[in-house]
Amino acid sequence: MAEKVKVRITVNGVEHTDEVEPRQLLVHYLRETLGLTGTHVGCDTSQCGACVVHVDGQAVKSCTMFTVQAEGSEVTTIEGLGEVGRLHPVQEGFWEMHGLQCGFCTPGMIMAAADLLNKNPHPTEAEIRHALEGNLCRCTGYHNIVRAVQYAAEKMAGRSPVGAAAQD
Amino acid sequence: MYTAEFTYHKASSVAEAIQMLQQNPEAKLLAGGHSLIPAMKLRLAQPPAIIDISKVAELKSIRLEGNTLVIGAAATYAEIAGHEQVKGAAPILAEAIQHIGDPMVRHKGTLGGSLAHADPAADLPAVVLALGAQMKIQGPSGERVVEAGDFFQGMFTTAVGPGEILTEIHIPAHAGKQAYEKFPHPASRYPVVGVAVVVGANGVRAALTGAGEHAMRLSRLEQALSGKPLTAEAIEAACQGIVSPEDLMGDHLHSAEYRAHLVDVLAKRALLRLI
Amino acid sequence: MADKMMGKAMKRVEDPRFITGSGNYTDDMQMAGMVHAAMVRSPYAHAKIRGIRAEAALAVPGVLAVITGQEMKDAGVNGIPTGWLHPGIKLPPHYAITFDKVRHMGEIVAAVVAETRQIAEDAAALVEVDYEPLEAVTIGSKALEAGAPQLHAEAPGNLCFTWSIGNKDEVDALFAQAHKTVRLQIRNNRLVPSAMEPRASLAQYAKATGEFTLWTTSQNPHIHRLLIAAFILGIPEHKLRVIAPDVGGGFGSKIYQYPEEIIVLYAAKKLGRPVKWTARRSESFVTDSHGRDHETVAEMAVDEGGKITALRVDTVANMGAYLTTFAPAVPTYLYGTLLAGCYKTQKIYCHVTAPFTNTVPVDAYRGAGRPEATYLLERLADTMAHELGMDPAEFRRRNFIQPDEFPYQTPVALVYDSGNYEAALDKALEMAGYKALRQKQEELRKQGRYIGIGLASYLEACGLAPSALVGSLGAQAGQWESALVRVMPTGKVEVFTGTHSHGQGHETAFAQVVADELQVPVEDVVLIHGDTGRMPYGWGSYGSRSAPTGLSAIVMASRKIVDKAKRIAAHLLEAAPEDIEHADGQFRVKGVPDRSKSFFDIALMAHLAHNYPADLEPGLEATHFYDPKNFVFPFGTHIAVVEVDPQTGKVKLQSYTCVDDCGPLINPMIAEGQVHGGIAQGLGQALLEEAVYDESGSLVTANFLEYTLPRADDLVQINVGHTVTPCPHNPLGIKGIGEAGTIASTAAVANAVIDALRPFGVVHLDMPYTPEKVWRAIQAARRMPQAAD
Repeated sequence: MAEKVKVRITVNGVEHTDEVEPRQLLVHYLRETLGLTGTHVGCDTSQCGACVVHVDGQAVKSCTMFTVQAEGSEVTTIEGLGEVGRLHPVQEGFWEMHGLQCGFCTPGMIMAAADLLNKNPHPTEAEIRHALEGNLCRCTGYHNIVRAVQYAAEKMAGRSPVGAAAQD
Repeated sequence: MYTAEFTYHKASSVAEAIQMLQQNPEAKLLAGGHSLIPAMKLRLAQPPAIIDISKVAELKSIRLEGNTLVIGAAATYAEIAGHEQVKGAAPILAEAIQHIGDPMVRHKGTLGGSLAHADPAADLPAVVLALGAQMKIQGPSGERVVEAGDFFQGMFTTAVGPGEILTEIHIPAHAGKQAYEKFPHPASRYPVVGVAVVVGANGVRAALTGAGEHAMRLSRLEQALSGKPLTAEAIEAACQGIVSPEDLMGDHLHSAEYRAHLVDVLAKRALLRLI
Repeated sequence: MADKMMGKAMKRVEDPRFITGSGNYTDDMQMAGMVHAAMVRSPYAHAKIRGIRAEAALAVPGVLAVITGQEMKDAGVNGIPTGWLHPGIKLPPHYAITFDKVRHMGEIVAAVVAETRQIAEDAAALVEVDYEPLEAVTIGSKALEAGAPQLHAEAPGNLCFTWSIGNKDEVDALFAQAHKTVRLQIRNNRLVPSAMEPRASLAQYAKATGEFTLWTTSQNPHIHRLLIAAFILGIPEHKLRVIAPDVGGGFGSKIYQYPEEIIVLYAAKKLGRPVKWTARRSESFVTDSHGRDHETVAEMAVDEGGKITALRVDTVANMGAYLTTFAPAVPTYLYGTLLAGCYKTQKIYCHVTAPFTNTVPVDAYRGAGRPEATYLLERLADTMAHELGMDPAEFRRRNFIQPDEFPYQTPVALVYDSGNYEAALDKALEMAGYKALRQKQEELRKQGRYIGIGLASYLEACGLAPSALVGSLGAQAGQWESALVRVMPTGKVEVFTGTHSHGQGHETAFAQVVADELQVPVEDVVLIHGDTGRMPYGWGSYGSRSAPTGLSAIVMASRKIVDKAKRIAAHLLEAAPEDIEHADGQFRVKGVPDRSKSFFDIALMAHLAHNYPADLEPGLEATHFYDPKNFVFPFGTHIAVVEVDPQTGKVKLQSYTCVDDCGPLINPMIAEGQVHGGIAQGLGQALLEEAVYDESGSLVTANFLEYTLPRADDLVQINVGHTVTPCPHNPLGIKGIGEAGTIASTAAVANAVIDALRPFGVVHLDMPYTPEKVWRAIQAARRMPQAAD
């Protein structure tokens, strides 16, 4: 076994120091070492986006990064984005607009959408679809995912968007 | 999902990276990792050692030096596309980057990594060819500069020799009007055909990626437009059979003949945007 | 009492765990002592196995076992059975690990178990398998040719079964006297279902009791238990508990009882440790059951009035290398019986030949047989309308079964219960602005732009299924569904169902209905599913059966609760049970509203039984086994608009309108979500997706870089409408909605593309409409002098 490397990584605000194999992917560190299983693995060719997390404020695919590359970094996973009672607007948008079905792509989708809104607070529908090019969903046809991101953008702009349930 | 084992070496300077390469001649350089890591996960690549150059400050620089835009090899796509001097001096670079992968890929992927990997289906090799960029390569015996036209030598093969590192890309600033047109693969979104054109004072420079074994200049197109005013009629006439299917690759979804046709279509679309 | 919950777009109760990363999928589980399996898979489509050498793998530190097929067979592990039989069907053995021959790329030849997944994968690469490659055949019709490579000694000529429905002579006679006929040669492309969660299985064995537990990505844990216990391991069913926790999508691909599940169970017993296996996506592509893959010649005949008189269909349905759980049912009873569609076709004949080939086995994939039937029927309808010079909407209208003709006996076995097809068509035409679209199409054509408008009017039979009927057709299982409703002393309610939710939102929608039935707050109801140790029994979720069949069982069980509660209330209120009414959340004496007991009062007394009817059992729970009287028959019309770029051949979806009738909606938000997703999958089949094999039997499109799953920018916002025609034979009048989108959209998008290409003289193209294929069709047409362009 290759010599392990010591890493110091802050995940969701908590600093962790661990010895890891160089070949360990960040997603496996999060899931297996830290037990943060909200970050998923949906493919092995860096296409599906189920594993998206934020590293130093940028959305990245945690399946395409070795843990050692995150040395000294701040990582945010879906578990650190918000929790029930204190949901991030994007999480709230996905719930309000039925932006998920099986839930498997959802954490990565939410992390990618949050990154988009950090950079472009008022995206058009086309910009949302373009920004989610790296996140596959097999359930929703993306219809309600787009609406969820639009909801979140409204919410983050200080307005009071109306959820799908309330529109009934 | 697991790569084969390797030893990990993190470089803090170009000099250190070169030294590490000498100690680990079979090592692979890791910048953004978005070509290397997927290949390693499928065990298509099993380097015994990885030298991480992603945090080498001198490789991250983006700056204008006189009439040359200098981009460090480890500058990420997102850093480049978001850089005001890039948008002003080489807008085609920012434009093409918006069509690479997805936001996550653009946050990690690097210009130098893409060029040095020389994937025939990468976008930016065509762009640097059309811009007439130069590549700065450093190695144990010093540094040298290679024209983009001499850089791409084959599929996944470049002028970067053993023990050497591509360190900077030098791009002529304000080279002229420029446009990139891409026909993406429906699944991978890599270019099936990508055409970059730059119309400058000295004429048209055009380059193709995605369809051949490596990115290449579209010399027949350039010659056809040479010395002529760029009119819709001239473009129409020039964009007929720019490349021969025999010079292109094909697969089950996009034959060489179809790709050759797309080269005409995309070159025309790119050029028409510039008149 | 709260408002009626049925019909409300209530936010899903599932979502808080998913949006915070707290779901519990199989691969999320870790157990003390858990070890990992990695499979050694064949790179060949067809080869003899001369030998397997495991020494190098076993020498890797941390490797615990290398398991071969011979070892498992010698240990008494049987092959995997299929769940649906036809007369004369050939059933070659199908072992979890093969030992004589490999018959498709990706088939398992050995399994490595090791302390970590890394070690297991490293060691799997070191298992040496000596193959003798054989010629492979991947196309169904080719497998049936003389001289084709033979897969199984038990299936000469690679023939698995043939099947037919209808009277050929009668149909031939109608064709002979037809006013007009059309004929299409159609290939229904093979698809890879690609649920986002890769399959995973975790097995545990308790030596002291001999009990196995299997956590696995299943749509139907009870079917898994039955097949594994009774057929494969030969153990009592009560020694195996199968749990399907959160499952990340299925679409039919998680029905099949897979080889890896047997392997981890065997390994867990052998090693005395929990064993987990999780598919890499590259494994999913070559092991998850594929869908579709038909080659068909389809013909339609009409009379002078443009009325369909007859349909003649001959299909080769590729089974792949082995039979999965439902594969034999898909191209037969879920296909041939659907060929009447919404139309009053007089006679139909359908013949199906099902060969084995060196490809991944197929099974149900969203719609399962019905999209294939709808696709060819709706392509024929459009082609015929064009031949007759008739608007495609008018052709459909002219042939629809009318609302007063129900129940309607079709010529292919089914009896439709209710429907109003024209109403759905009219609404869709209006919502899409059909007339204006046709005008716009004309105008754009003059500018050299080509949009296409595609209709599909579909009907499906779902809500699987009346048990006696499917039993007579070959099913080796019942298709009823069970429910257990348990009221606790505090009045909170647990509902157990044998169906399984893997994205469909049952935990929300079913709770809404129970809240209405029991007149309790919806948050007091919890739905529990996916665990053979907790629910009475069940046949799982597929064939849009969960609401019409599973929820009907829940409703009937809930009504038993109410009946019993009335008897308890009568006792407490000193009234006769028939004088008790259940209203406003109270059990009260009719006409004396202040004499009442709350649901809580009743629940508590049922458990205390202190002041209680002498002839009544304590407790408040009810079980119901609901066997539907018939299928349910959702229907509707979808309209797709696409634009074709004639220079590149690229097709882009412009707009999409759908009107579906699934009876009364339980939760419109969830129902519409099902439709959206279904449409995306159908569009995927029409424009993007195809499992492509090369000559050697290698899957070329074996990952997401090559196999095109629709992405966000391939879709548009979908214009969704409904009509409501209740089902007359279940308690809520509901029908299924899970598959409707896929069933209709493939045909609608296909018709739109061909409609766009009409000016070029294109009559038919096979899906998927990839750019080069479309461009070549245009080029070919342009070379012909009569082409319009």
